Amino acid sequence: MANIISDETMEYVAILAKLELSEEERRQAKQDMEKMLDYIDQLNELDTSGVEPMSHVLPVQNVFREDVVTNGDERDKILKNAPEEKNGAFVVPKTVE
Amino acid sequence: MELLELSALELGRRIRAGEISAVEAVQASLSRIKEVEKDVHAYVTVDEEGALTRAREVQKQIADGTLNGPLAGVPAAVKDNICTAGLLTTCGSKILGNFVPAYSAQAVESLERAGVIVLGKTNMDEFAMGSTTETSAWGVTRNPHNLAHVPGGSSGGSCAAVAAKECFFALGSDTGGSIRQPSSFCGVTGLKPTYGTVSRYGLVAYGSSLDQIGPIAKNVGDCAAILEILAGRDEKDSTSVARADGRFTEALTDDVRGLRVGIPGDYLGEGLDGEVRAAVLKAADVLKEKGASVEEFDLSLTEYAIPAYYTIASAEASSNLSRFDGVKYGYRTKEFDGLHQMYKRSRSEGFGPEVKRRIMLGSFVLSSGYYDAYYLKALRTKALIRQAFDRAFEKYDVILGPVAPTTAPKLGESLSDPLKMYLGDIYTISANLAGIPGISVPCGTDSKGLPIGVQLLGDCFKEKNILRAAYSYERGRADTASDPAKKAVE
Amino acid sequence: MGKQYETVIGLEVHVELATKTKIFCGCSTAFGAAPNTHVCPVCAGMPGALPVLNRQVLEYALAVGLATGCQINRYCKFDRKNYFYPDNPQNYQISQLYLPICHDGGIDIETPEGVKRIGIHEIHMEEDAGKLIHDEWEDCSYVDFNRSGVPLIEIVSEPDMRSADEVIAYLDKLRLMIQYLGASDCKLQEGSMRADVNLSVREQGARQFGTRTEMKNLNSFRAIARAIEHERGRQIDLLEAGEKVVQETRRWDDAKEYSYAMRSKEDAQDYRYFPDPDLVPVAVDDAWIARIRKRQPEMRTEKRKRYLEEFDIPDYDAGILTSSKKLADVFEAATAICGKPKKVSNWLMGETLRLLKENNQDPQDIRFSPEHLAKLVDLVDEGAINGSVAKEVFAEIFARDVDPGQYIEEKGLRIVRDEGALRSAVEEVIAANPQSVADYRGGKDRALGFLVGQTMKAMKGKADPAAVNQLLRELLPRQ
Repeated sequence: MANIISDETMEYVAILAKLELSEEERRQAKQDMEKMLDYIDQLNELDTSGVEPMSHVLPVQNVFREDVVTNGDERDKILKNAPEEKNGAFVVPKTVE
Repeated sequence: MELLELSALELGRRIRAGEISAVEAVQASLSRIKEVEKDVHAYVTVDEEGALTRAREVQKQIADGTLNGPLAGVPAAVKDNICTAGLLTTCGSKILGNFVPAYSAQAVESLERAGVIVLGKTNMDEFAMGSTTETSAWGVTRNPHNLAHVPGGSSGGSCAAVAAKECFFALGSDTGGSIRQPSSFCGVTGLKPTYGTVSRYGLVAYGSSLDQIGPIAKNVGDCAAILEILAGRDEKDSTSVARADGRFTEALTDDVRGLRVGIPGDYLGEGLDGEVRAAVLKAADVLKEKGASVEEFDLSLTEYAIPAYYTIASAEASSNLSRFDGVKYGYRTKEFDGLHQMYKRSRSEGFGPEVKRRIMLGSFVLSSGYYDAYYLKALRTKALIRQAFDRAFEKYDVILGPVAPTTAPKLGESLSDPLKMYLGDIYTISANLAGIPGISVPCGTDSKGLPIGVQLLGDCFKEKNILRAAYSYERGRADTASDPAKKAVE
Repeated sequence: MGKQYETVIGLEVHVELATKTKIFCGCSTAFGAAPNTHVCPVCAGMPGALPVLNRQVLEYALAVGLATGCQINRYCKFDRKNYFYPDNPQNYQISQLYLPICHDGGIDIETPEGVKRIGIHEIHMEEDAGKLIHDEWEDCSYVDFNRSGVPLIEIVSEPDMRSADEVIAYLDKLRLMIQYLGASDCKLQEGSMRADVNLSVREQGARQFGTRTEMKNLNSFRAIARAIEHERGRQIDLLEAGEKVVQETRRWDDAKEYSYAMRSKEDAQDYRYFPDPDLVPVAVDDAWIARIRKRQPEMRTEKRKRYLEEFDIPDYDAGILTSSKKLADVFEAATAICGKPKKVSNWLMGETLRLLKENNQDPQDIRFSPEHLAKLVDLVDEGAINGSVAKEVFAEIFARDVDPGQYIEEKGLRIVRDEGALRSAVEEVIAANPQSVADYRGGKDRALGFLVGQTMKAMKGKADPAAVNQLLRELLPRQ
């Protein structure tokens, strides 16, 4: 019990999550996360040995589509909400140096 | 106005009979919206013009016989995390503040094909993360029964809109109780179907393995009729399933003789408000008097559902919400230096605190070194919870209990302590983990006049069991004094 | 330098499958369309859009798995690989980590020391990313999602290769196999086959593997070979200098012939894989596997054997013709039309391969139709054109797929059968070249060749050289 999350871990998780937290937010987030993890640690009281992790609750399998083109050119619709767009493409800050 | 009191099915009947036109129904809803929205704030977008145009088309099709379904011409509201072509879909978030999808969710298409008219989009906790509709970027929604209280959440806008008669029914989504809990708080009837029953295509994902769209309405009959329209296999959603028994309205019989009802003792213990407890047990008595067998039993594992749920839902959310990055749609920060700063700032400025909290938690439990200890542990717990329900449904057709430990809290009371807020989901969350259907039906009010709901849970694909029990209860409840749906804002 | 080092190489090969549509939506996979015109809400990562698996992707993956001797996982799932990059619209890639479709196979390659088995660790299905185009002048890049969601299989080998030659042999074999299956065209230049090289070095005889690096951006066999040599050298230099090799991903720059580390602080390389809740598991039963197995096309070894028996061509020819699926396809189609396998084979092994080489192409790039080649063979056989004209016509067939029949008529290349015209041409040549005539008569055979050439020239090539030769001998009898 009593999880302690280091500042480095918080920074690492923020990189994974692509979030930039202010000092205050980070302090709060750290506290919230420690509290939540303490709470989640309750699960350790349960003996789950031999239990298969259940990712899908229904036994549905083998759902396919056939290899047939159904979509046409919808470029205008796809780009309609783009924050920045040029020549039919989404524009992002340069990804190479 | 009497028109607004009608159930969706009754309104549909009168429209088909030519007693009321679809346009009149839409106009009545719109003027009601104008009247109460400044207090309730159930909607984030009202599509006045679109609704009226559509009403005229629908009326024409009803007249020429192309539309003859039970809900043709009925005005409805749609939760803001369900895509509507050409209509703002924000999920209550600044990050999607300007997002207008080019496509409609399958559920919305199904409704529109049945002649239902979409009035607008309802407020919600940001990305459905919350239990009060206070985390929306567009301000809070208030409980129509008492404006100082929350409507519950996350489908608080949809439930408040139905309770305040700003629409005849609404669509909500339920990931951990988000239809049932606000239905209970607002005194309306809300149904979360079996996972896979309603297509999730076009529902902006929060926890994909838990999310389901479902109806929120004035009574059980409406819920059954709406579900009949929504349910079915959609080839665009791999997890949707075909329902052979899709005639849900057939279950609306006032007969529960021989129905086996179990009340989990774990649902009546510590933390449950006395008035809520009394109202729920009184509801059980109604079913008993009508010939159902009712007994208490030990469901077990209830306390483990919340930690398992928050682990799974946060993990899935951290991945589902990564697409909001300022590249393809939605909010992009104004000033940035390079790609990664653009990502970080757009997301940090675009998401609210509760969403960020869950993304951080979700990223952590999936990260290297913690996946087994947290995420897989939660999935194993989920399997055990499912087994507990399997055992229960060997003995009972319906599990009866409270929806929430209390009635609606006051505005501003809940957000200060997230963990405490999460504990409020204790009776609803297991149904999402187990994939089973659940319905919340009004069963009284507390001393402050706030509605209380009773929850009926059934086994997977056994919506008919809970609809039958809920319908019978509703008929048995009869005395209008205890029907809170009648008392909403005057 | 006293120490001897061994190079240990494993490959991760990505192959774009030849499906008509993307892996999870009904958008076309056609190459070269205008940006974002083959894009829908699913492959653009729009909110609320959901993936549905293309059955053909699974069947191609199974076909490749069976052809490479893999075990098939009877129950497989898709997982999300989470990382942010603008070419990845959901900011997660749908892939398979925990239960890939195939595992534990291998293929045999020829090495100077004999046949060597290269193990295949696993084959999994995943989606490709979009494309980034960098603006030359402005500080921005453009995102095109046409390639986003194009189906890939990733074939992960065991670290069984020890040299660039073995790597090339493995890739060649794998590529040919997949082309035979029709599962992909496997073009390295266009990126429909991409190989990442995992390489480490260790002292000869050491039991433990050294620390490996992963090399990306290898667009040709040549680049792969060069990158391997370079990386081997770089790692040995580090070790010799007493430094350590860092486990990292590096990018090869073939023009500058060096590689650089791709890591940055923002790439945590922690992909947080978990099962994708939007896709359901895939269960493959014995009957399904049997169906795929039955449908497997004839592979190279059987084809080569069949060519010897059915077409009676030399083993050498059969070997070359079957070294490319495209070459074999053209050979069979043309032979079916004209019924002259050896002659078709000669055109393919000679002129076709020569022109391909000249144009820096490989047999995949053949664009002419087998019908036109077959017709050319017939025309030569009938004596309608002679050998040198035929070569000229073939060059046109190769470049523009012209109809040879039409072409020779239009250009007037058909051999003149007019005996009188030929005789007078020969007589003129004899009259005009007394020296050569004398030389020939004096015993110099080469002079006759000159006279034949002169006659052909006078006839503008439209004569049968054999007939010219015979006529000259007739008119210039030697004592």
